[in-house]
Amino acid sequence: MNMSAELESLTFEFPGTQVVAGFAPVLVGVVGSGNLEVLLEAGAGASCRFDVQTSARGFGTIWAAVCRDFHLRHPLAGVRVSIHDMGATPAVVSLRLAQAAAEIAA
Amino acid sequence: MNNALSFAECSARERIAALFDAGSFHEWLPPSARVMSPHLAQLGVPSAFDDGVAVGRARLGGQPVFVAAQEGEFMGGGVGEVHGAKLVGLFQRALRDRPSAVVLLAESGGVRLHEANAGLIAVSEVMRALLDVRNAGIPVIVLIGGRNGCFGGMGIVARCADHLVISDTGRLAMSGPEVIEASHGVEEFDARDRALVWRTTGGKHRYLLGDADQIVADEVPAFREAALRALGASRPLTLADLQAEHRLLAQRLAAGAGADDAVELWQQLGITNAQQVPDLNAAQVHELRQPAAATS
Amino acid sequence: MIWSEVVRQLFGEVAHVSADGDFLSGSAVLDGQTVTVVGTTQHAPIGYALALRQAAVVLDTVARHPGRPILLLIDTQGQQLRRHDELLGINRAMAHLGCCIDLARRQGHRVIGLVYDQALSGGFITSGLIADACYALPDAEIRVMRIPAMARVTKLPEARLAALSLTNPVFAPGVENYVRMGGVRGLWGTADQPDLAAGLRAALADASTADQRAADGRARGGRLLAADVVQQVLAAA
Repeated sequence: MNMSAELESLTFEFPGTQVVAGFAPVLVGVVGSGNLEVLLEAGAGASCRFDVQTSARGFGTIWAAVCRDFHLRHPLAGVRVSIHDMGATPAVVSLRLAQAAAEIAA
Repeated sequence: MNNALSFAECSARERIAALFDAGSFHEWLPPSARVMSPHLAQLGVPSAFDDGVAVGRARLGGQPVFVAAQEGEFMGGGVGEVHGAKLVGLFQRALRDRPSAVVLLAESGGVRLHEANAGLIAVSEVMRALLDVRNAGIPVIVLIGGRNGCFGGMGIVARCADHLVISDTGRLAMSGPEVIEASHGVEEFDARDRALVWRTTGGKHRYLLGDADQIVADEVPAFREAALRALGASRPLTLADLQAEHRLLAQRLAAGAGADDAVELWQQLGITNAQQVPDLNAAQVHELRQPAAATS
Repeated sequence: MIWSEVVRQLFGEVAHVSADGDFLSGSAVLDGQTVTVVGTTQHAPIGYALALRQAAVVLDTVARHPGRPILLLIDTQGQQLRRHDELLGINRAMAHLGCCIDLARRQGHRVIGLVYDQALSGGFITSGLIADACYALPDAEIRVMRIPAMARVTKLPEARLAALSLTNPVFAPGVENYVRMGGVRGLWGTADQPDLAAGLRAALADASTADQRAADGRARGGRLLAADVVQQVLAAA
């Protein structure tokens, strides 16, 4: 898939409506082949911001779609989502995001 | 049917959460602190927020302990600059705060090759820091049971601890079978012969030989019980200890000189039906070990 | 430089160090003080047996010669890559050597390592790297793994690793690099300081026993995070 030696960095930001009161940072997943880790923290401002670092380059549009789909279901505000990815499929990404959202809702 | 949580299938953090007293783990340099590797990005490899190891304090049976758990899925649990420094910091802090024990959940291929020189120096710093803690009378307890086993420099570090617990499916050695096969050929070590790999490096062999103090099933509660049993097992090293260890190792070298396979070594240990050992469970293997094979 | 020349430059003509295959052992005198000398030559692969042989010398010194310094002469291609060694538990034999050296240090024996040719990974971790301090000759090389094997394990292309080995401190095998990273305290036999004996003399006179390698790495600019991360763990709430 990717022969380049550079990580790809992607950022997406969505205006949110669902404020989650003071939660401790949540970590879900592990950085391994075909996997990713997601760190969910309180973020500055009112938006939900996604910062993705991935070794699987060239999938920007898919990341945008996955993050947008997640944010439609969980319109979080004031939240920062940081991702380290090593080639996870969109399904796995969505799963981790959902797991993270569930942990801050609990 | 046994439904206990598999230690091997858990992540490092899941092991911590399930093994120590519920909710007692307090992490130092947590993921949100973003203390990460400075060396991986240049190789196009994603970093981990915790650089593959979680360190902190917890309680075990109410006793205050320090904890480190290596995440085997990240870079094979390999030790890089930051990962190693977190472990060194934990050991140095143990010297200052004197917990009841330091418990290291070790799952690692050793030096993180992507950080080469920095990783090599880091592993040796971990070894020194561990021995400082051990020799200050604070027991260091190593738990081995991850899928990646405990190899390389960490295989050496593990044997510097006061007490070692391994599961029957865990592995503890120095060089991985693939590395040996790549170096000296498949006749030397067929890395795809799983039965051979586990006879040579697996928990049952290590326990029967005396390289592990306890053998447990691949279950988190079993590791917890074993760690609880080990809490008082401080064994600072004296000259007499090392002389006894030397005699044991020298004898093993002589006795094992002609042995080509673990089965022969098990027979030498007086185990009847040695060929059956791979089919036994942890409790059965535990029953087999004679006191003479215990570690000094 | 071959081991006998190293010994001659360190101790003069009168030294009682001999080689038995890959294994070096003996003693020599510096400034009237006897020093145990132990180590390996011929780029020895360190297996279970050779780890034990070195440990025996260290234990003998601790048992019979209180306070006597120990010099580790290091030339190794790394751990022995044999199934038989793994079967017997080479990691335990290596740990034993490391623990013996650590005991010697604790009991007041100054332990100094010198990489005089090459040092790889497993053959080095429980000898030079567990000494009070490790030094090297300027042309020595220290590596974790040879590039072809490293490429196989990391899945990074050999050409990439070769290029990194030329320019990147994390991969470059030259000992100046290890000095900068704090792994090696200093070099003996440089143009500035050609006298090996002076290097050993200074090393033996230095009484510090704490592990200062992370601090050195930070001060010298070669390993910028390790010392700070240690401090952060110590200071964390």
